[in-house]
Amino acid sequence: MKRELIHLENVGKSFGSLRVLDEVDLSIYESEFITLLGPSGCGKTTMLRIIGGFEMPDTGKVIFDGKDITKLPPNKRPINTVFQKYSLFSHMSVEENIAFGPNIAGKSSDYIKDKIKYALKLVNLEGYEKNDVTKLSGGQQQRIAIARAVVNEPKVLLLDEPLSALDLKLRRNMRRELVRINKETGITFIFVTHDQEEALSMSDRVVVMNQGYIQQVGTPENVYNEPENAFVADFIGDSNIIDGIMVRDKLVKIFGREYPCVDGGFPENCPVDVQIRPEDIILAAPHEGVFTGVVTRAVFWGMSYDINVEADGFEWLIQSTTARKVGEEVSLHVKPENIQIMSKPQSEDEEVAQND
Amino acid sequence: MINRLTRNVLMTPFLIWAGLFIFIPLVYIIWFGVTDKAGNFSLDNMAMIFEKGFWNALTLSVWLAFVSTVVCLILAYPLCLILTERQRDNTTIISLLFILPLWMNSLLSTMAWQTILEGNGIINQFMRLFDLPALQMINTEGAIVVGMVYNYLPYMVLPLFITLSKIDRSILEAAHDLGANSWQTFYRVILPLSLPGAVSGITMVFIPALTTFVISAMLGGGKLLLIGNIIEQEFTFQYDWHLGCALSVILMIFIILNMLLTAAFDPIKEEEKD
Repeated sequence: MKRELIHLENVGKSFGSLRVLDEVDLSIYESEFITLLGPSGCGKTTMLRIIGGFEMPDTGKVIFDGKDITKLPPNKRPINTVFQKYSLFSHMSVEENIAFGPNIAGKSSDYIKDKIKYALKLVNLEGYEKNDVTKLSGGQQQRIAIARAVVNEPKVLLLDEPLSALDLKLRRNMRRELVRINKETGITFIFVTHDQEEALSMSDRVVVMNQGYIQQVGTPENVYNEPENAFVADFIGDSNIIDGIMVRDKLVKIFGREYPCVDGGFPENCPVDVQIRPEDIILAAPHEGVFTGVVTRAVFWGMSYDINVEADGFEWLIQSTTARKVGEEVSLHVKPENIQIMSKPQSEDEEVAQND
Repeated sequence: MINRLTRNVLMTPFLIWAGLFIFIPLVYIIWFGVTDKAGNFSLDNMAMIFEKGFWNALTLSVWLAFVSTVVCLILAYPLCLILTERQRDNTTIISLLFILPLWMNSLLSTMAWQTILEGNGIINQFMRLFDLPALQMINTEGAIVVGMVYNYLPYMVLPLFITLSKIDRSILEAAHDLGANSWQTFYRVILPLSLPGAVSGITMVFIPALTTFVISAMLGGGKLLLIGNIIEQEFTFQYDWHLGCALSVILMIFIILNMLLTAAFDPIKEEEKD
């Protein structure tokens, strides 16, 4: 078991009448890469700013390494931040930017020189010491922002959507770089993003948030394959979410048909949300599968086709590597282990649904 | 794109304006400055600046303009820092209040200072109320500085406020994040980033302060003569246009020197160089 480094205890925060975080509890472990994922306004950035000390929570505590740091200002926390807009000091050179933290900390000039070298090497920008930061590309500025933060040897690095301003190719590249830096330095990374692909490809754990609540915490595989509710299922990847009734363990009723599945533990005849991933639906000749319908739309995406099939009045989304024509009659089939049963929203989450 | 011809056509009125009202008068002033009454070339009028009375007026002018600029700078910085904070809370009305003196006739506001500072003025009446000795405030260097600061403070506040409000909040958070306390954030980040604003503020206060004759005439009571008052006298009482122009040219040299000096400290110019 990894050591707990940060613990958020009942953290709540409102801006005016807007509740941004509602009694959030979360443990963050040493050296892990944890991502806060959610749509804009879900409270992920506020949570990051509370950990960084830029916002004060209305309720609850932030525990760091066993100590309560809720009221500690940012400059007293062993935590550094990489800001969304990089926020480099435009009046300083690359090396002056990186030296800012160690200078304030009163480190010797020899130590600072070594550290600048190390930090620039870490972000693959060796030899850029004297460059003017305003003349660097977006990707380079981002690397300098990372170097400037990492050079202080923080226990935790906060990253506030740091890749959102970069183009696609650079973003992919930086994803790998960030994971490498996390593993190389052992610094805990807390990463905020609304991009599920980023979250899934980089993180050790993902925290899915919506409307100020944590919806699910788990490994990327975990949140993708076993979403705990319809929001998580819908937000991460594409999903077909259908109202169903859990007849008994391992038997679910959708569109009037009973269907075997692998989940259990629900009361008999309990209404549930049933999630089926588009890539898990197998297309077959008419009446061979369980549901038969007509193709209404087919879009080619390169690797696969997105195909819409209308059956029983429900528009199914299917990903298939074989082409289908619009108007063609097909039937659908799903393996029982690919059916994910989720409980319907309960009290707290019902509140969330009302806020939508 | 505006092509060359239309650009030249559009430029014409401005060129005529500049020629008639800027270039020709300037040439006249310099010409009058370097000639004597007979119209012969002579630097005698220029050399008059080394006469004790003129020299004292010039040094006093430079000194008082310098003091006023420094006072404006010291007053404007904290004010602008507060205003930028306030602006983030959407209360721009306060910033408007500090621009308001600009809308008032400066003659009027200087007269108001006269009534406040004079021997029988508001402050001294107040002092008398508490049986305190009357203060000699009017006709002192201090009174002139007060008048200059009051009149020119908005010219320092405006450029400073604009540059300060352009500094992104996340830059300050970054400094804070990297361990800087409020004071370190100010002198390592805010101060250097706001320097261009301070530089233009300094120029905008120093130049009118150096050339003023109204403020010194009203609050200096004719006893403290600034170079502006001397130039005014040469034109309106002595009718010595040649001396007046010579002194104006010398004043102009001081202003150009001041601008070169401030430009040397302007970080934006620095950037353009490389």
